Amino acid sequence: MYVAVKGGERAIENAHAWLAEERRGDPTVSELSIAQIREQMTLAVNRVMAEGSLYDPDLAALAIKQARGDLIEAIFLIRAYRTTLPRLAGSNPVDTGAMVVSRRVSATFKDAPGGQILGPTFDYTHRLLDFALMAEGEAPPAAPTAPADPVAVPHILGFLDRDGLIEAATPSDLTPPDLTREPLELPADRALRLQSLTRGDEGFVLGLAYSTQRGYARNHAFVGELRIGTVAVEVDIPELGFAVEIGEIELTECETVNQFKGSKTEPAQFTRGYGLTFGQTERKAISMALVDRALRWRELGEDFTGAPAQDEEFVLSHCDNIQATGFLEHIKLPHYVDFQAELELIRSVRAAAFSQMEAAE
Amino acid sequence: MNPLFTVRDLEKRYGTRIGCTDVSFDLWPGEVMGIVGESGSGKSTLLSCLAGHMPPDRGEVHFDGRDVLAMSEPERRFLARTEWAFVHQNPRDGLRMAVSAGGNVGERLMAVGARHYGDIRETATDWLGRVEIAADRIDDRPSAFSGGMQQRLQIARNLVTGPRLVFMDEPTGGLDVSVQARLLDLLRGLVRRLGLSAIIVTHDLAVVRLLADRLMVMKGGRVVETGLTDQVLDDPQHPYTQLLVSSVLQV
Amino acid sequence: MTAMDAYNFAYLDEETKRMIRRALLKAVAIPGYQVPFASREMPMPYGWGTGGVQVTAACLMADDVLKVIDQGADDTTNAVSIRRFFQRTADVAVTEETEAATIIQTRHRIPEAALREGQIMVFQVPIPEPLRFLEPRETETRRMHALADYGLMQVKLYEDIARHGEIATAYAYPVRVEGRYVMDPSPIPKFDNPKLNDSPALMLFGAGREQRIYALPPYTQVESLDFDDHPFVASKADHACDICGATESYLDEVITDDQGGRMFVCSDTAFCRSRQGDAA
Repeated sequence: MYVAVKGGERAIENAHAWLAEERRGDPTVSELSIAQIREQMTLAVNRVMAEGSLYDPDLAALAIKQARGDLIEAIFLIRAYRTTLPRLAGSNPVDTGAMVVSRRVSATFKDAPGGQILGPTFDYTHRLLDFALMAEGEAPPAAPTAPADPVAVPHILGFLDRDGLIEAATPSDLTPPDLTREPLELPADRALRLQSLTRGDEGFVLGLAYSTQRGYARNHAFVGELRIGTVAVEVDIPELGFAVEIGEIELTECETVNQFKGSKTEPAQFTRGYGLTFGQTERKAISMALVDRALRWRELGEDFTGAPAQDEEFVLSHCDNIQATGFLEHIKLPHYVDFQAELELIRSVRAAAFSQMEAAE
Repeated sequence: MNPLFTVRDLEKRYGTRIGCTDVSFDLWPGEVMGIVGESGSGKSTLLSCLAGHMPPDRGEVHFDGRDVLAMSEPERRFLARTEWAFVHQNPRDGLRMAVSAGGNVGERLMAVGARHYGDIRETATDWLGRVEIAADRIDDRPSAFSGGMQQRLQIARNLVTGPRLVFMDEPTGGLDVSVQARLLDLLRGLVRRLGLSAIIVTHDLAVVRLLADRLMVMKGGRVVETGLTDQVLDDPQHPYTQLLVSSVLQV
Repeated sequence: MTAMDAYNFAYLDEETKRMIRRALLKAVAIPGYQVPFASREMPMPYGWGTGGVQVTAACLMADDVLKVIDQGADDTTNAVSIRRFFQRTADVAVTEETEAATIIQTRHRIPEAALREGQIMVFQVPIPEPLRFLEPRETETRRMHALADYGLMQVKLYEDIARHGEIATAYAYPVRVEGRYVMDPSPIPKFDNPKLNDSPALMLFGAGREQRIYALPPYTQVESLDFDDHPFVASKADHACDICGATESYLDEVITDDQGGRMFVCSDTAFCRSRQGDAA
């Protein structure tokens, strides 16, 4: 006698227990600490913070540990945690011009006030496996240091702006919309697009940016400036009547200089793309700037060429990896009922076709 | 009798450039008007404004006594799928290429509430016949049709709900000469038999000679000459019209 | 995280619940209309019922009795997971009996037992837009709804009949609500569509990833789209349940061996069990 499948509850419990065991791996190998992940898997931590939209290196490290190193799963844990946090205040806009930079490069000017600072970059490393790291050795020798240079590091695009060579970036006091508190409604303004891109999946945004370089809405981007460093976060305290610094965060900012626009009546100007992300996440910030620029076609009077990177609905509806992964993976859930309905339909359609064929013979 | 369609002082600008300006005319029931001019003359802009695809900057448009420009979007769309029809130059713009010929013709019927599959199919078959498409092609998609067939299908799809006013944008453009002649013949028969009013934009004087009762000649966004078709073509008054007519005769 | 004490009743904070309730009220006021809402990230993945969970969380009161089903069954893994979530976060009573429940969250089915006044059905919705596969753009589909421009939907049904001889939609079969909005009833089999019409229960639909909520207030007129000469038929497998013998319930087909052997059993496990109890 057939008995309908039971025991979902026990199956789940056992699966979770097994998962916990697998997460830990071989218990004779010492356990990873949160501090180790935070300090030695920094770029993974940064990505989880950027796409999780929560600046907390310890929690990001915990999420990575709990997710067995699956970064999208870790981002998911952070997002689910973040959504329950109370919204105490909104900060003032951070001043990236006052950033204490650890890296600052420009591809458009050989030198500029503040200089080019390579910082801790993989650029110019040879991608050769360093087997010395396999032997858990000593800490590497300290990098050479120099006394802090008090010189200001102004934004490079400011130089172009002063000469009117690049479109003006008009400051606005408007409160930007909040994607995490309001439903995404299209068409979206630039602030909302940028917000969506900054927490968008790095791989997806990278792929879109790459497609613009290969001709799908090409916009001739130069990295005007890429800067990474820490900025102060300030919050206005109405009771005090002034802003108080509540901490500092590391950011990556990318400003691109793109193909110019102009007409008989308007003098030609370069245009801008912008990327800003948590932590040291420069691949993402540069990609974001290229996609931002591609999405601005309407505002800049360009043609819609049908390229995916120009298509706001396409980009914003699909860049969130938590939405994407959830929906993709839900097809693993039971669909017995839908499938049963389809089975009956296809049988009925086939039966009708066969009886027609027989009638024709 | 009242005019079916009245246009007064219509103007559309693109920035400082004139799209069309100072256009006024009346169209009477059963009358076919041709708008001719070379590309850039403003005839397509005018047609877009008349058909409600683009809002004019100034002027009035009345259909059967109703102020078209004052209509809400739902009212205008309802009008566009009932009493009006629009035949695009490129059938791809006017057809659903992924939907069967029958579905293409049936869509307008269903949009206004037809809910009987058999009746819809019967009407679609009838209309395919009227535009000389064999009944056994009803379940084929337009992508399997020749250019001339696609255009005839577009016409059937437009006329199936019995519109009173048809806008046509270069309906024979992009077709071979022999195919054009057949299509023109068909169009003339349909327009006359159904007593349709129509506004046809074209650069082809042969099209208006065959179809239009009256002509409007446009240049630089303005109407330079109007009159009965034969009159305008046989005895053009404006130098530009003379040039147009003579350039055709030389061919 | 073991201490669920750190979270509010039914997980969501009260501000969020209020936002969802406002969307629900609007949805009830305009039956079948998709109301955008600021869906939150939930501790389960998008596509796994986050919309339904948020709606349930916003409706739950301490004395509610909750039933959760997936594919009609109370013990499918995802139903178990969601039921446990609310047991942990809201400590509400749970039941498998349709009649005893005040709120029923479901994926893909409507229970066989008749619903009554005062009950709330919460549907998990993957794609709320019935026109989505005809027109991918949200801006365009919203305009089509605003203008009740539904010719294209009917064209799809026409094409089905032209090609297959019948309307080839077996689940998520589109309905028209009170003669106005065309609505996706979520991926329930079309067998369940008639239960939507004139139901004494309140029906709420939540789509988390797509950020939409819609509703059918009690006793709403809900018609399945069709043609006069190809009327809608609520079909099911032409069998009786091999366990309880029911002939009027929706059946799952179960493969019993590799020789083509199969049997049919009620997809609504609570219904089937109650009938077995009656027989015993």
